[in-house]
Amino acid sequence: MAAPTLEVRNLRTHFFTRAGVVKAVDDVSFTVERGKVLGLVGESGSGKSVTGFSIIGLVDPPGRVVGGQILFQGRDLARISEEEMRDLRGNRIAMIFQDPMMTLNPVLRVDTQMIETVLAHKKVSAEEARQRARDTLGMVGIPSPDERLKSYPHQFSGGMRQRVAIAIALLHEPDLIIADEPTTALDVTIQGQILAEVQKLAATTGTSLIWITHDLSVVAGLADDIAVMYAGRIVEKGDVSAVLDAPLHPYTSGLIGSVPSRNKRGEPLRQIPGMTPSLLNLPPGCAFRSRCPRAAEACLAEPEIRELLPGRQVRCFHPLSETSEQAA
Amino acid sequence: MTVYLVRRLLQALLVVFAMSVIVFVGVYAIGDPVEILISPDADQIERERAVQSLGLDLPLWHQYLVFLGNALQGDLGRSFVFNEPALKLILQRMPATLELAFGAMFISIVVGLPLGLYAGLRPNSPVSKTIMAGSILGFSLPTFWVGLMLIMVFAVQLGWLPSTGRGETATFLGVQWSFLTLNGLSHMAMPAINLALFKISLVIRLTRAGVRETMLMDYVKFARAKGLSPARVTFVHVFKNILIPVVTVVGLELGSTIAFSVVTESVFAWPGMGKLIIDSINVLDRPVIVAYLMIIVLMFITINLIVDLTYSLLDPRVRLEGKGA
Repeated sequence: MAAPTLEVRNLRTHFFTRAGVVKAVDDVSFTVERGKVLGLVGESGSGKSVTGFSIIGLVDPPGRVVGGQILFQGRDLARISEEEMRDLRGNRIAMIFQDPMMTLNPVLRVDTQMIETVLAHKKVSAEEARQRARDTLGMVGIPSPDERLKSYPHQFSGGMRQRVAIAIALLHEPDLIIADEPTTALDVTIQGQILAEVQKLAATTGTSLIWITHDLSVVAGLADDIAVMYAGRIVEKGDVSAVLDAPLHPYTSGLIGSVPSRNKRGEPLRQIPGMTPSLLNLPPGCAFRSRCPRAAEACLAEPEIRELLPGRQVRCFHPLSETSEQAA
Repeated sequence: MTVYLVRRLLQALLVVFAMSVIVFVGVYAIGDPVEILISPDADQIERERAVQSLGLDLPLWHQYLVFLGNALQGDLGRSFVFNEPALKLILQRMPATLELAFGAMFISIVVGLPLGLYAGLRPNSPVSKTIMAGSILGFSLPTFWVGLMLIMVFAVQLGWLPSTGRGETATFLGVQWSFLTLNGLSHMAMPAINLALFKISLVIRLTRAGVRETMLMDYVKFARAKGLSPARVTFVHVFKNILIPVVTVVGLELGSTIAFSVVTESVFAWPGMGKLIIDSINVLDRPVIVAYLMIIVLMFITINLIVDLTYSLLDPRVRLEGKGA
């Protein structure tokens, strides 16, 4: 097998605030193969977005990548200069943001915002750049792209804006796209269209995707692999259907249980009690133990992530084994 | 766009009319100019003749209608003191005030924008902190005191710059301007800087606040994620957004600078409109006061209109609303 597009090893991104050090990303490792989709799942504040920003090198102060390696096609992005990083951004690695209403500059026309992206990385004429912008807009399903290029962002609907943002991400046919909850702000039908569009594009261009979301149903339909984050750490990862069918970590199981579904109709929805802990001064040991039904004395120590089954990793002392029933 | 413009102009007309009533009644309430204008030893008949010739014997509403009728024909009355058309008096002084105000505006933008931009981009650097501390001084030091200090240092002690008057002028478009001659410019330097000081601080603070706010926006992060150079992000994506509040405030400030540069004009004996209005108020020269205030109203309306139009150039969202109207 060819080298993976992205290999993140023991990534640590900390925020140095006045109140103390916030370990937003703490010892995160994962791999994204070429043309594959990794779903990065977790609650708000679990560090999934910061992981994305760490990869593309846009963690703003007081945050900083303090350790680990981000190997993109063999190059460690944590070590290269800002210049080299800028060369990759928008070119080989692209990012799509959560709120399409906010990602496009309201005072610049769509063509300005697209053409500048082309010209930032390719020495072509403005006319060729416009051509490329128009083609890409057409590719993401925007009707009459020629006309739309001359429009301002506020003349588009939310779904259309997200398509424009995706088109911008695709301008240079990147090897990796980091999508930070790109469909959360859209309604379901638009969400479906965009997901289908992205899936098709990833399959045809060999682009790898990191899809950051808290929506398990999106991951179930889209991702090849899944990594579940909790309090800055990955608590479970593996093949998406294997993990969702038989979660090993109590947190994953809780997440799945929190999703309403037809065959659980009438039963009260199972929730995870309590709240995500503050990442500031996180107590030692397993971060989930205060909310965990299986917590015991052993959980006061820090669990290491380990390979429990082939291709299945989990950070827990008392994983739900495959045979035991899920409702534990 | 045309509909928008017509509607704005109609609104403007209404404002001018309302203001004329307020100004007229207000000035009438200040005092009776007869006491000041007519020599105390004039007898009753002379007195009455003078009152009649000035039109002061008519009831207020009648005086107003006469004023309105004349104003519509471009006649804002004659000065009691100079016995010249009030409009002409004011227009004679206007270029001096205008060039001073525009000079001050120019300085405040040229100095304020870059400093504000720098302070916004590097909020924690010592230079930025110095800039911000300086801007507090610019805000809080009284204009007349700064003016006096400038005169003391640069005119009296160093002898670099002249402290009074407009200096040599050159004619352009039939009007005398100081900024066209070197000597005139040297006369303009101190009053313009004096007038600009407050505005520099204002522009610095506005720009800095705008930059800091805009830098946090998702579209700036997205622009960086596109791999654009920092210069492009700052000067295209951030700059165009912060221009909107800056243009508004600078525009409105321009109006008030023209209207109320009285203090600076007095300190530097700059023969502008501000000095004229103060003198006129002292002798209750009603037509001049009314004419001056009417001109100021018109000017504010014009500036507001220009600001709004600039808006629509800067912010596409405003443009669409205009079209839909």
